[in-house]
Amino acid sequence: MAGAELEPVIGLEIHVQLRTATKMFCGCALGFGEPPNTRTCPVCLGLPGALPVANAEAIHYGLMIGMALESELAPISTFHRKNYFYPDLPKGYQISQFDLPLCSGGKLGEVNIHRVHIEEDAAKLNHAGASGRIEGADSSIVDFNRGGTPLAEIVTEPELGSAEQAGEWLRLLRTTLRTLGVSDVNMEEGSLRCDANISLRPVGTDQLGTKTELKNMNSFRFIERGIRAEVDRQRAIIEAGETVTQETLHFDPKSESITSLRSKEEAHDYRYFPEPDLPPVMITGEMLARASAALPELPAARELRYIEALSLSPESARLFAWRAELADYFDAVCAADKSLDRQLAANWVTELQGRLGEEEAEDSKVTAAALAQLAAMVASSQINQGGAKQVLDQLVAAGGDPAAIVADQGLEAVGGADELAPIVAAALEANPELTERLRGGDMKPIGVIIGEVMKQTRGRADGKEVTALVREQLGLS
Amino acid sequence: MIDRDELLHVARLARLALHEDELETTAAELSSILGHVAAIDQLDLDGVEPTAHIGDVSDSLRADQPRPSLAREVALAPAPAVRDDGFLVPSPQGE
Ligand SMILES: [Zn+2]
Repeated sequence: MAGAELEPVIGLEIHVQLRTATKMFCGCALGFGEPPNTRTCPVCLGLPGALPVANAEAIHYGLMIGMALESELAPISTFHRKNYFYPDLPKGYQISQFDLPLCSGGKLGEVNIHRVHIEEDAAKLNHAGASGRIEGADSSIVDFNRGGTPLAEIVTEPELGSAEQAGEWLRLLRTTLRTLGVSDVNMEEGSLRCDANISLRPVGTDQLGTKTELKNMNSFRFIERGIRAEVDRQRAIIEAGETVTQETLHFDPKSESITSLRSKEEAHDYRYFPEPDLPPVMITGEMLARASAALPELPAARELRYIEALSLSPESARLFAWRAELADYFDAVCAADKSLDRQLAANWVTELQGRLGEEEAEDSKVTAAALAQLAAMVASSQINQGGAKQVLDQLVAAGGDPAAIVADQGLEAVGGADELAPIVAAALEANPELTERLRGGDMKPIGVIIGEVMKQTRGRADGKEVTALVREQLGLS
Repeated sequence: MIDRDELLHVARLARLALHEDELETTAAELSSILGHVAAIDQLDLDGVEPTAHIGDVSDSLRADQPRPSLAREVALAPAPAVRDDGFLVPSPQGE
């Protein structure tokens, strides 16, 4: 295989905590940040004789997810026991699904979905030792508040070709789940967690190499960096003529290093068998109708509406629709000034987001009303692009009122023949040689003239207007 | 008949420490249990739906209504060791 160009093949497994009032199989209330072990009962502590009963709302949310992902919904779905020993799992097994998951197949964006199933979350292990990770600590403290929280596990087909594509797709999934209202999708609080299966193969083939599983990455940035690091690691192994070992890995974002978590093969021998304490879930027409009625406008529909009803460019429409927070902010900008050209508003929202990075626009110091006002001032030529970008920089840094910033700092556009014509004339006069070339029809020196005018106006002139004035003053058509 | 390697594998998964002198009898006992269940294989079961559950399967779901949880002292009472309001356990190693 050495020598051949290699490409990554990435599949994602996403665990999302469902936003129900109670746990998956018992009536304990869900919460975040409650005092430890105050949300437990015999069922979620795994005490002998306790019997689980499935939460109808979790099944409802599961059906909504399946519908949003265009999955096939099972008429009858069953639970299985997934057996392994770990202190965060008091029963010695996790109730999950095996051969009859709630949802099979499906598609979101360009990526096919393998399946979606429902299961219970494990408890939280806090390590009593000095090390933050499991290894090296002598003892751990278990908090069962989280144990039994309903989870939907969403598994993609191995179809993603890069870390960036994986990150972008995950944002679309997160936006979809957030729009559905089935989860808080908060990666920092662990309500959305992502594992990635990664392998390499020679470009253009469909053979599958040995895959490794990168566990529990909890931010978009770490996911992309983790996948990139693992792809590089595998590439180095293969190019050295060695073979990749199938194992579960942990990515440490601080050191950018990858370490093995478990490699014992029996760790994956879960001995699934049907959960005898839970009858199969029969999906009725009534349940399907209720889930279908609860579906909001999903990203694909929002993208289409932005293109068709608001005449946004396909790029802007997708950018916003795949990122609901940004789309909501864009909607707020449009609502603040209904006469604003929508694409202009979109361009300024994009400009703002570019300055914010991971921070959400609605959490920034720039209010939607301020951005609408800034865009309106550009539209009416009160300021030009360069001036508006300076104002935006200041809004991002300190917030405030765009009109006041413009007035304070004299950033108004220099426009109109009265104001600009003498400056253009002076620039031409100062460069007689270039002026001759322009007069002869060679427009190359125009950039120098525009630069001169910008210098004189501290960037407040409009390049197009300067060009028009040059043509006018030199009698060019 | 279940063989020695298979038996040791299953024992490891179940965290059973089998002594060398227990292997033979345990293998025989397990084989006999499996053999008993294997009798079903001799029946003609074409077209018979697997029985997932023997009870009434309609209306098996629970409304999403919170019920009181246990007081923490009650929940922690059976714990062999407690620290910081949690169950103190040996850290998992090498899994
Ligand atoms: Zn409970």
